[in-house]
Amino acid sequence: MVCVLLTWYELGAPRAALGRSIAAFQTPRIFSPASTPADSIYHLSLLVVAICSAIFVTVFSLLVYAVVKFRRRPTDDDREPPQIYGANQVEVAWTVIPIVIVVVLFLATARVIHAVEDAQMPRGTIEVTAIGHQFWWEFYYPAYGFVTANELHVPVSDRHHPTPTHITLLSVDVAHSFWVPELAGKTDLIPNRKNEMWIDPHLVGAYVGQCAQYCGTQHAKMLLTVNVQSHDDFERWAQLQKGQAILSEQVAAGRQIFETTACVNCHTIAGTSAQGKFGPDLTHLMSRNTIAAGAAQNTQENLRVWVTSPDAIKPGSLMPAMQLEQADVDALVAYLMTLH
Amino acid sequence: MSATTLVAPQIELPLSPRWRGRVGMWCLIAAESAIFCIFVVAYLYYAGKSLSGPTPAEVLEVPVIASIGLFASSLTIWLAERGLDAGRIRQFGLFWLVTILLGAGFLLATALEWHHLIYDKELTIATNLFGTTFYSLVGLHAFHVIVGLTGLIVIMIFTLMGAVNQEHSERIAVFGMYWHFVDAIWMVVLSVVYFIAR
Amino acid sequence: MFDAEPISRPFGNARAHESVKPLFDRVHEWVITVDHKKLGLMYIGYGILFLVIGGLEATLMRIQLAIPHNHFLPPETFNRLFTMHGTTMVFLVGMPILFGFANYFVPLMIGARDMAFPRLNAWSFWMSAMGGVILYFSFIGGTGLYGAGSAPDVGWFAYAPLTSRAFSIGHSTDYWIIGLLVSGFGSIGTALNIVTTVLCLRCPGMTLKRMPLFAWMNLVVSAMVLIVISPLTAAQLMLLLDRYLGAHFFDTQAGGSAVIWMHFFWIFGHPEVYVLIIPGFAFASEIIPVFSRKPIFGYSVMVAAVVCIGFIGMGVWAHHMFTIGMTSYANAFFVASTSAIAVPTGIKIFNWLGTMWGGKIRFLTPMLFCVAFIFQFLIAGLTGIMLASAPFDWQLGNSYFVVAHFHYVLIGGLVFTIFGALYYWYPKWTGRLCNETLGRWHFWLFLIGFHLTFDFMHIPGVLGMPRRIYTYESGRGWEFWNMIVSIGVIFQIAGVLVWVYNAIRSYYNGTIAGNDPWDGWTLEWSTTSPPPVYNFATIPAVRSRRPLWDLKHPEDPDWKYE
Repeated sequence: MVCVLLTWYELGAPRAALGRSIAAFQTPRIFSPASTPADSIYHLSLLVVAICSAIFVTVFSLLVYAVVKFRRRPTDDDREPPQIYGANQVEVAWTVIPIVIVVVLFLATARVIHAVEDAQMPRGTIEVTAIGHQFWWEFYYPAYGFVTANELHVPVSDRHHPTPTHITLLSVDVAHSFWVPELAGKTDLIPNRKNEMWIDPHLVGAYVGQCAQYCGTQHAKMLLTVNVQSHDDFERWAQLQKGQAILSEQVAAGRQIFETTACVNCHTIAGTSAQGKFGPDLTHLMSRNTIAAGAAQNTQENLRVWVTSPDAIKPGSLMPAMQLEQADVDALVAYLMTLH
Repeated sequence: MSATTLVAPQIELPLSPRWRGRVGMWCLIAAESAIFCIFVVAYLYYAGKSLSGPTPAEVLEVPVIASIGLFASSLTIWLAERGLDAGRIRQFGLFWLVTILLGAGFLLATALEWHHLIYDKELTIATNLFGTTFYSLVGLHAFHVIVGLTGLIVIMIFTLMGAVNQEHSERIAVFGMYWHFVDAIWMVVLSVVYFIAR
Repeated sequence: MFDAEPISRPFGNARAHESVKPLFDRVHEWVITVDHKKLGLMYIGYGILFLVIGGLEATLMRIQLAIPHNHFLPPETFNRLFTMHGTTMVFLVGMPILFGFANYFVPLMIGARDMAFPRLNAWSFWMSAMGGVILYFSFIGGTGLYGAGSAPDVGWFAYAPLTSRAFSIGHSTDYWIIGLLVSGFGSIGTALNIVTTVLCLRCPGMTLKRMPLFAWMNLVVSAMVLIVISPLTAAQLMLLLDRYLGAHFFDTQAGGSAVIWMHFFWIFGHPEVYVLIIPGFAFASEIIPVFSRKPIFGYSVMVAAVVCIGFIGMGVWAHHMFTIGMTSYANAFFVASTSAIAVPTGIKIFNWLGTMWGGKIRFLTPMLFCVAFIFQFLIAGLTGIMLASAPFDWQLGNSYFVVAHFHYVLIGGLVFTIFGALYYWYPKWTGRLCNETLGRWHFWLFLIGFHLTFDFMHIPGVLGMPRRIYTYESGRGWEFWNMIVSIGVIFQIAGVLVWVYNAIRSYYNGTIAGNDPWDGWTLEWSTTSPPPVYNFATIPAVRSRRPLWDLKHPEDPDWKYE
């Protein structure tokens, strides 16, 4: 069937030993695991698909045989065939065999559930808190004390000295779901409930995912990226994120506009008077590749469009059009472009 | 072909159409019990989880008299049914009236309790989780009492018009099942709200 | 038992030499009827109307998703469409059609003159109908923020707290709640009626063990409906209290739980899908024996299996919640119960195969649909096993793989058997046979369309495409598959159009069918086509599961062997 064919295709897909090409990251595949939870699921899925395929082939063959062999032929007389009401041995057989199969599947599955859900986190685990919003992701690193949005950075984890990332999942509004197929199965972010998951990516690279629980109008454009980096790169990134916002005199006009309009109600820029919590933290906006949770690339033109009319990029997002003069928008965007 | 005649097995008569009222009412009771089940589950789940506001122990008093009255009404409605079975319409009418009075008394007691809780103890459905689950569960039951009471009153009117007699005893018994069900639900609600989760 | 009456046409006599009642009188007769046959046909007609509407909603969505970054529909409209599509198909198509068939045939098959409570029957139909009208009124009624009406846009399972006043402004969610609440009362009424009819109105000699499987399965389905619609009713009442009286059932800001809505909904929602598919089993269990010319293989086992499915089905609901962070023990329990239900379900597939085995199969249109059903239900069951494995579900859940799975069951399983049943019993309703050639065209067109759409829909799920998204970027690897999925819709529409044409044309020009065109064995084939309003002049007495076989083969009756 289609699933079997796809599995063969996926097994054949080349797995880069070092890093992944940018083009490859755009197609998340559940059969290309790069982290232990996804790996365990992948191996379990091979067993499940194999069993299902065997059952399918058997029953389908019987069906085809019955359809061909027992069809009424034009030369048949009008007598009815032997009227068989049932056969107990056959019934027992096709009850017992499925029960055995079900037990095998259950045991294999229970093992993986336990391995993933009840895993103990070793020392050296990176802690991240992911908070779901309509329609963006907030990431808080308690050990480092900074907040970022939409693009998660984690260190690569070596199998012998694992440094997994443990993610606590919360939500401020409605239910969301964190799904990056190559790294782990999805886990929901539910308000008034604390959920947990972990990943230990083995390969450096960028992995894309998106929200997988319908959360409102722009559920479709709530993408997330997990950037798996070497330990050094990760530390460098984290130190950068910890810092306050760059204050450049050249864009003072833009900063002035930011701090005196409604922007500060929703956004935080560390080291300034902007301490709003409703929208993403913009302190290091330019360290991100995309804006609006993956809805557009992070370029000057897109920033201009986003500030002027968010509905042009993400209709129904909760960012209001700021009703600014064009010159003010230019200055503002120039300021935002300095926030590395 | 053998010469022996085929002997047809006896033709059995399955459950008779006479039972359809009772079977139908059992079905309704099953469905209604499921609704109450969900409200009880919600009550138990949220017990103790209110973030603020009055707690059950602070504001609830066991409605002893009202409950006894409601349970007694099950007895009186049964006595009424027995009267009708035997053709004693006066006995039927009398006990039927007592049932109505007991049911109305229960509703009155509930109304007084709610008035006290809302105005004196400041507990409304919107106050906290306890308020939400309390008023919805007890209210759902009270609603069913109102429906039952309406049926009781309609039948009372028919009786006073002289339209009810012995041949209607099966239908009256089916209606009586509904009233007994309402009582049984009150046993559950009383235990959960006023004793178990207090 | 064989009444010699001329064919009376169910929709009024249209021949010139017969007296024609005025249109108003004919419509009035249908509006006030308490006859189970007319109510059954109205249920089915209502269901088919909404099948077309729901299909239109799906078509619009598939046009939007055929290419990436499409601007055919704005997100608000798309979100309303998938909500209405799902809600319509489950509540306004599935339930009515199945209750319609049950209404028409349960009394006939058990030798009764009508249902146990004819007036309740009528009330239940009109309540269900009104529920649908209320739900669809949402498109034009009320006010919403985004224009274009305010149909609900919270998904057919309406998760909290998205449905609270804070996140669902306006009245769209209220239409969803009230429409379904009203329709739910109708469903409970019909279920109550079916249970009472089956238990109390069987003709002499028809013990439970001699009842047609159709009647057994409708008994199980109706018993389930009584128990499981109530959790939905309760949850919807709680949601109404939250939205209007300030209650906090699902108010996470006040300590309420979003998860408890999920539990309540799925305690209804999962058994609901068994309520939908078991009547499909009932159709297959009637059609396959007649066209294989053998009795159903393993009658007692089939009864036991469907009762098991009914019971176990109440204990699997949280497999829709594997991703919400339940403990490993809870997850494992639901893996076990969900996998367990595969056993009785598989037994049924094997028994249908066993019925065909050694038979002389006539591949007329009803049988074609049932054979395809067996094939597709097998696949759907296997993808279900995959989803039952919780870790696998952590990847596949809430993706297009799940969408493909449940459409495979509901269309590949249920709709195919419904089409089979429509062809099988059309002659009983109208007195004429549907055209067989057009029937085959319908079958093949619909089969091709179904497989194009739903086979390939599994792939985007495996490639990470979540459900309920109104658009997607190019470069995600999903474009090609979405295009094929959308193309399949064209074939399905073509097939359905062929069927509509066939049904209408055959009503006037079809071959006269007579009482028993398929040489069947259950009691409905002993009446005229269509049956007189009182069904049977004399209530029949039966001695076996196939009373007409006994009559047609007096030298070798079934009761010798049962």
